[in-house]
Amino acid sequence: MTPLLTVQALHKSFAVPVLKNFDFQLHAGEVHALVGGNGAGKSTFANILAGLLSADSGRITLDGKTHAPKHRRDAQANGITLMLQELHLLATLSIAENLFLHELPSRLGFVSKQCLREEARKALARVGLQFLDPDSEAGALGVGQQQLVVLAGALMQECKVIILDEPTAALTANETEVLFDHLRRWRAEGKGIIYISHRMEELREIADTVSVLRDGQRVMTKPMKESSTQELVNLMAGRELAVAAQSHPRPKGEVALRVTNLSTGSLVREVSFEVKRGEIFGLSGLVGAGRTETLRAIFGADARETGTIEIGAPLRIINIRQPANAVRAGIALVPEDRKQDGLLLPLGMRQNTLLASLKGWFASSQEASQAESLRNKLDVRCHSIEQPVETLSGGNQQKIVLARWLLRDAHILLLDEPTRGVDAAAKEAIYQLLRELADQGKALVVVSSEMQELMALCDRIAVMSAGRLVQTFNADEWTAEKLTEAAFSGHMK
Amino acid sequence: MSSFLRRSLDYVALALILLALVALFGSLSDRFLTAATFGSIANRIPTLAILATGMTLVLIIGGIDLSVGSVLALAGSLVGLLMVDYQWPLWSAVLATIAMGCAAGLINGAVTVGFKVPSFIVTLGMLEMARGGAYLLTDSKTKYLGTSVEGLARPLAGMLISPAFILALAVVLAGHVLLTRTVLGRKMIAVGTNESATRLAGIDPRPIKLLVFTMAGALAGLAAICHVARLGASDPNGGIGMELSAIAAAVIGGTSLSGGRGSAICTFLGVLIIATLEAGLAQVGATEPMKRLITGGVIVLAVIADGIRKRL
Repeated sequence: MTPLLTVQALHKSFAVPVLKNFDFQLHAGEVHALVGGNGAGKSTFANILAGLLSADSGRITLDGKTHAPKHRRDAQANGITLMLQELHLLATLSIAENLFLHELPSRLGFVSKQCLREEARKALARVGLQFLDPDSEAGALGVGQQQLVVLAGALMQECKVIILDEPTAALTANETEVLFDHLRRWRAEGKGIIYISHRMEELREIADTVSVLRDGQRVMTKPMKESSTQELVNLMAGRELAVAAQSHPRPKGEVALRVTNLSTGSLVREVSFEVKRGEIFGLSGLVGAGRTETLRAIFGADARETGTIEIGAPLRIINIRQPANAVRAGIALVPEDRKQDGLLLPLGMRQNTLLASLKGWFASSQEASQAESLRNKLDVRCHSIEQPVETLSGGNQQKIVLARWLLRDAHILLLDEPTRGVDAAAKEAIYQLLRELADQGKALVVVSSEMQELMALCDRIAVMSAGRLVQTFNADEWTAEKLTEAAFSGHMK
Repeated sequence: MSSFLRRSLDYVALALILLALVALFGSLSDRFLTAATFGSIANRIPTLAILATGMTLVLIIGGIDLSVGSVLALAGSLVGLLMVDYQWPLWSAVLATIAMGCAAGLINGAVTVGFKVPSFIVTLGMLEMARGGAYLLTDSKTKYLGTSVEGLARPLAGMLISPAFILALAVVLAGHVLLTRTVLGRKMIAVGTNESATRLAGIDPRPIKLLVFTMAGALAGLAAICHVARLGASDPNGGIGMELSAIAAAVIGGTSLSGGRGSAICTFLGVLIIATLEAGLAQVGATEPMKRLITGGVIVLAVIADGIRKRL
């Protein structure tokens, strides 16, 4: 049988290669699961098929014709539809208006309400939502129904391939079942379905075929029935990882930070751990496992539901209601999104570095010399300490955020993806700096989506999955397989 | 480029606009380049300069205060009431007036911070309420205070400038020192530039915002005294639209409406530009409608020019 969709030698890079010589086949009437760790290239592939990104090179053939969409509408015209992870409904418009936003039926510039309503009913019926009033506000719907409305909009054009990227992340069990019924019907109609998810139990239920992606390549394709979860996990992790081990075990002091029973809403559930002076403690897990939220809750950036934070020697409970309390207690946060949450972009290194150390009434006359000395120490490349940091590279920006906490002399550092978007040289410099800080007796908690990074840097690694801290590994215990398996464990039955 | 050099360039650019205006009006009217003209400009300035300094502070933290014109009228009405009806001495009436301004600003800040309502809306509400308060206090009538307060606005012996002008200069300088030399100023700029990052650096933005709105209110109270002194009367209709002149002066001076950028001295130069324009247009015989057309055009042109210069 000739495949419905054939992908050959697909390449895509964003500074680093994300898809390398990627090939893939999808048959009509098949639900094909794509699995892989963070950054394996699943979403990039989906976005290329749907015309949201364009490939650097490679060939895609759909139903015998070349598929090279320039934007989303090209892909839809060719018959490929993507249901995104995030919702794109305008909450204050009606369901019907959302469905037909791009081409509202109109007469003389006025929207023809009657026609709009009828067409919307037809579209909603296709996803089993015929009972909804097309005139009601889209924002009033539950997340699951909103997702189906998005799908209804996508299905208005004749489509051959439907791509779903983590469609069930926000759905309840019932809504998931409804979605699966639709998937089965479409499969029976001969459509091809690409299903991206890390929820193994769902894949077992719905997928016919599974492909494992790792580092931008497809490493295996098999019928779902013939693959064991263990096998998939091992393939996702990879075996030949070159891990630059710790040069020497770090001498550990007393406990510097103890987190007990921390919960925030549904994102972080009963997380407990402790970090010693001089220790680098890693938090691993899938995107959305609750690692960022854990750090933010410790730091007081988000509200805690339950949980106590103890610091210092001897340990004492501190009441952190907002970041100012945490900073006063000697805790620092290097946020995930440094542009949004870390930097004063139009200002220079001087003001950015000084931000956490402003004291007294009048600005210190040492500001410039302090910033200059940190600039030299961390080798920040800028024309002057007044050059707006928005004009600097990601690595230099991240060094400036770190410089802020060096100046403040924080003794507990919470680092969220400290090397994201940072070039190789700056990465190495940041690793070096973090090791030095630990050697000085500071306690570090590092969140990273790169397992190799954590294994190279950390003394212990805890794995979070679906909001819970599921397992903690010592340096002699962890392997990429074990970490990956633990990361998926919250999603297994 | 050092921040000092960059600031100096801002001053020079605005001073050039000001000089160009003076030269233009000087060539159009032979009475313009006289001591009398400059005396009258100096006499008009204090109220707006004080209001605009407060506005600059609020704009820098990413807020806006639309109520300053009405708060000025409310505070001015209080001076009239206390001095005419209750025979309070000047100094205590002045203190009460500033306290009134503080209270209005504190309410603006508390509602903005406490209920997370945009300051545009909160101060729009205060604009109406303070005006209503001014009418209530004065029974909608102008109260004449006479000589007791006029001394403030009258030029000092042998000089062109009045005590009110000196007061306004002091406020501008204090604003400049606050923004460039103090820790609070650093924090204000940080809050206006990126509130989220500032909070995550351990600085609570809430007390800073509260304080800045209160300062803007207090300065509106201070401006009210200059206003009353110049008129010799407290007028519940005073200061209508003055919040917009204050915003215009700040914006001409390069203050960003999205927060994080602004200078008290540049705003003062903006005030001088507006005052010179008004005085000059009056002298060359422009009608009131023409004055407004031209002033409006100059505001927009100044901001466009500022944007072009910053990109060079």
